[in-house]
Amino acid sequence: MYDVLIIGAGIVGCAIARELSKNELNIAVVEKGYDVSCGSTKANSGIVHAGYDAHEGTLKAKLNVRGCEMYEGLCKELDVPYKNNGSLVVAFNEEEQKEVEVLYKRGITNGVPNLKIIEKNEILSMEPNIKDNVICALYAPTAGIVSPFEMAIALGENACENGVEFIFNCEVSNIYKDKDKFMVETNRGIFEANYVVNAAGINSDKISKMLSGRIFSMIPTRGEYCLFDKIIGDLVEKTIFPTPTEKGKGILVSPTVHGNIFIGPNAIYQEDREDTSTYIEGINEILYGAQKNVNGIDMRYVITSFAGIRSKTNVGDFIIDIPQRGAVNAAGIESPGLTSAPAIAEMVVSLLCDQGLVLRKKKYFKANRSNTKKFIEMNDEEKKKALEQNPLYGRIICRCEHITEGDIVNAIRRPLGAISVDGVKKRVRAGMGRCQGGFCMPRVMEILERELNIDRKNINKDGPGSYILTGRTK
Amino acid sequence: MIRDVVVIGGGPAGLAAAIEAKKNGAEDVLIIERDKRLGGILQQCIHNGFGLHIFKEQLTGPEYANRFIDEVKNYKIDYMLDTMVIKIDKDRNIIALTPNDGIINIKSKAIVLTMGCRERTRGALNIPGNRPSGIFTAGAAQRFINMEGYMVGKKVVVLGSGDIGLIMARRMTLEGAEVKMVLELMPYSTGLKRNIAQCLHDFDIPLYFNHTVVRIHGRKRLEGVTIAEVDSERKPIKETERFVECDTLLLSVGLIPENELTREANIPIDNITSGPIVDESMQTMVEGIFACGNVVHVHDLVDYVTFESRIAGRSAAKFVKGQLSFNDKSFKTKGTYGIRYVVPHRIDPLNVDDSVNFFMRVDNVYKNVYLTVKNNGQIITKVRKAIVTPGEMESVVVKRSILEKLNKGDIEFTLEEIKND
Repeated sequence: MYDVLIIGAGIVGCAIARELSKNELNIAVVEKGYDVSCGSTKANSGIVHAGYDAHEGTLKAKLNVRGCEMYEGLCKELDVPYKNNGSLVVAFNEEEQKEVEVLYKRGITNGVPNLKIIEKNEILSMEPNIKDNVICALYAPTAGIVSPFEMAIALGENACENGVEFIFNCEVSNIYKDKDKFMVETNRGIFEANYVVNAAGINSDKISKMLSGRIFSMIPTRGEYCLFDKIIGDLVEKTIFPTPTEKGKGILVSPTVHGNIFIGPNAIYQEDREDTSTYIEGINEILYGAQKNVNGIDMRYVITSFAGIRSKTNVGDFIIDIPQRGAVNAAGIESPGLTSAPAIAEMVVSLLCDQGLVLRKKKYFKANRSNTKKFIEMNDEEKKKALEQNPLYGRIICRCEHITEGDIVNAIRRPLGAISVDGVKKRVRAGMGRCQGGFCMPRVMEILERELNIDRKNINKDGPGSYILTGRTK
Repeated sequence: MIRDVVVIGGGPAGLAAAIEAKKNGAEDVLIIERDKRLGGILQQCIHNGFGLHIFKEQLTGPEYANRFIDEVKNYKIDYMLDTMVIKIDKDRNIIALTPNDGIINIKSKAIVLTMGCRERTRGALNIPGNRPSGIFTAGAAQRFINMEGYMVGKKVVVLGSGDIGLIMARRMTLEGAEVKMVLELMPYSTGLKRNIAQCLHDFDIPLYFNHTVVRIHGRKRLEGVTIAEVDSERKPIKETERFVECDTLLLSVGLIPENELTREANIPIDNITSGPIVDESMQTMVEGIFACGNVVHVHDLVDYVTFESRIAGRSAAKFVKGQLSFNDKSFKTKGTYGIRYVVPHRIDPLNVDDSVNFFMRVDNVYKNVYLTVKNNGQIITKVRKAIVTPGEMESVVVKRSILEKLNKGDIEFTLEEIKND
């Protein structure tokens, strides 16, 4: 019997879990995937938006601005790399210039601080690689960048350290009420809970229906991305947006917190909620979109391309409401969902309280994660100490990203630790460099085998079924 | 402590360079190797065919490496294993990381860079589709199969006819897998002719030229690939697309020299080879830092790596002893008309012992040509070739006596058609 059961371990579910875990409550997160951050969160732009995009008065507007305000502090608390790099929406003609002015006004109404429209010279002195036919740009100094899956993992991990139970490979099939209790039917049995939160991402419409809540339709929207080598990592410092269209914020060019450059996404509506494949047309589309705004986007330096699915709905705004007494929807969380997640968590908790959930602050809430720094990120003093305590920090496994065996062991042993090759990659970047695991994958598997005490043949790349080895040689 | 010569990398290039440096009077030579054993990628090359030029016999990769490892031990050359260099600078300071001693600083009178190369990945090719498991670079598959004893798949398609891909097509067949086909984007193979014969023809594995993979299928494990023929501009022809069922895709689509350290030390790099610019002594543009082997340009025979590395090792020893002369009588080399690149990039005739062996690659298949070396419009030397292909490195030897007579201009390498008269 749980006080609160959260459905979904993406950025939203994890943020809610962590927020609730500050209190004396019995909380569980059930997740269909095998790990935290398996759905939309995994393939996301990683932009902490300033908050000028969403229309005045929407939940998106309110929660985006609040979320952006919270991000840096939260990242510091959880030891997640965050960079307040600022963003530019660039205009190349009169029409786009008007759009920049509209965004500026909207941003002011939404409460975005320090917004400014800047002219060509100032833009080019800030970002010399922007095409020089640029006319003006909206400069939002409060925007930032973060690694979306690292953020979700950090929130999940910290929630776990504070007592939240995570149940993976657990798909919800039905929810009904037995007196005052929710009965949540899953492939892993029935869970009882006083309160239920729907943070099911792309499937949040189904859960909302099960909770007899609002009926809305999901419009699964695929977005493709290309990630570039760090060799061209200094192409832009800020996140560069085109002016938005009715399809969305458009194809951006941005650095990542780890020093790569990426471009994307486009927006393709599709029936399939799981198809995250890329298409040549899409890759060409984002390439064209990026090259329109920024010089030096050279496909020779692509190290990987991928696609993500966004939980876009026909509602046009986040759906955060009470589908039935005792439950809260955090549904249809499309962009700016990553930015808004901490604010969504606050709102969901307050909606739970409105329905009678009593919060009693924990005496020993552990707000900070510990022992999370990667060797490469440590200062000399920390490196020395880490090596004294664990010589495995002296062995580099991933050559491209300089990830050591100590880092990988840590990623496996931490709460909600990695159990797959991609799990290691998401947590500590081994295999995320230019050789894409060509050298380190066999060694990462060796470490997983040893640490988890499972046969190497049973180690997956990602989720169940993505086996790497088919047997022993003759 | 100041070392005489530090060699970064314990593969074939590093081993040969270290031995040669020691033989030529460098007292204190150290090899730094990131793997747990010396030998580099040769450790996983258990097929034979190594050593024909150097030892006049057929050896396997580990056997070839062992000859040098034994010599390293005989000469009591120091080596550190499980140690990765994370930074070098122009003043030849080295920072390395190792489990036993943590972060170590080494100062060196001369450095030889021999970090080798890595394989191009699916990401670099940007093949669209899903992202399942079952897609390997041929080298990663080779490591799993030959060193770890695990099979990586049952039904295999190989993309690219590079040598490692060809050898793995044979290896996987011998291990019981069904290798359905090898696809090559170009109208010719980028692998050695002997490997096409011994690895594909002998096992009836079809090789399709002008073909590529246009889509990856399967959400968990690879379920198949869509392949297509390409036109003369290497664009896939839609009508020729077909699905091939497989659980494994091996990529053998090119090697890239690993020059991260080189770049960070601001050592100039040649955009075509992706390796440092070197002179006749295999010295980079930074004094006292030498380079050889696949880190300079990708070789198809380890024997050539050894030849080149001996020059680097010998030169590093000379440099330490102050015997490497410096003057501005340096000639640049240049490839034109069919020659993509030439190594070395610069020549100072005064540092040449007897002759220089120029290595180069052509940009297409040519039949009946002269490989001509020119200076100032004058032909220095020319070699008749029945056929040249991008898959086989060409070399031309020019004597010191000839180089000494040059007085200005580049040393130009071109292909010339042989006219039937």
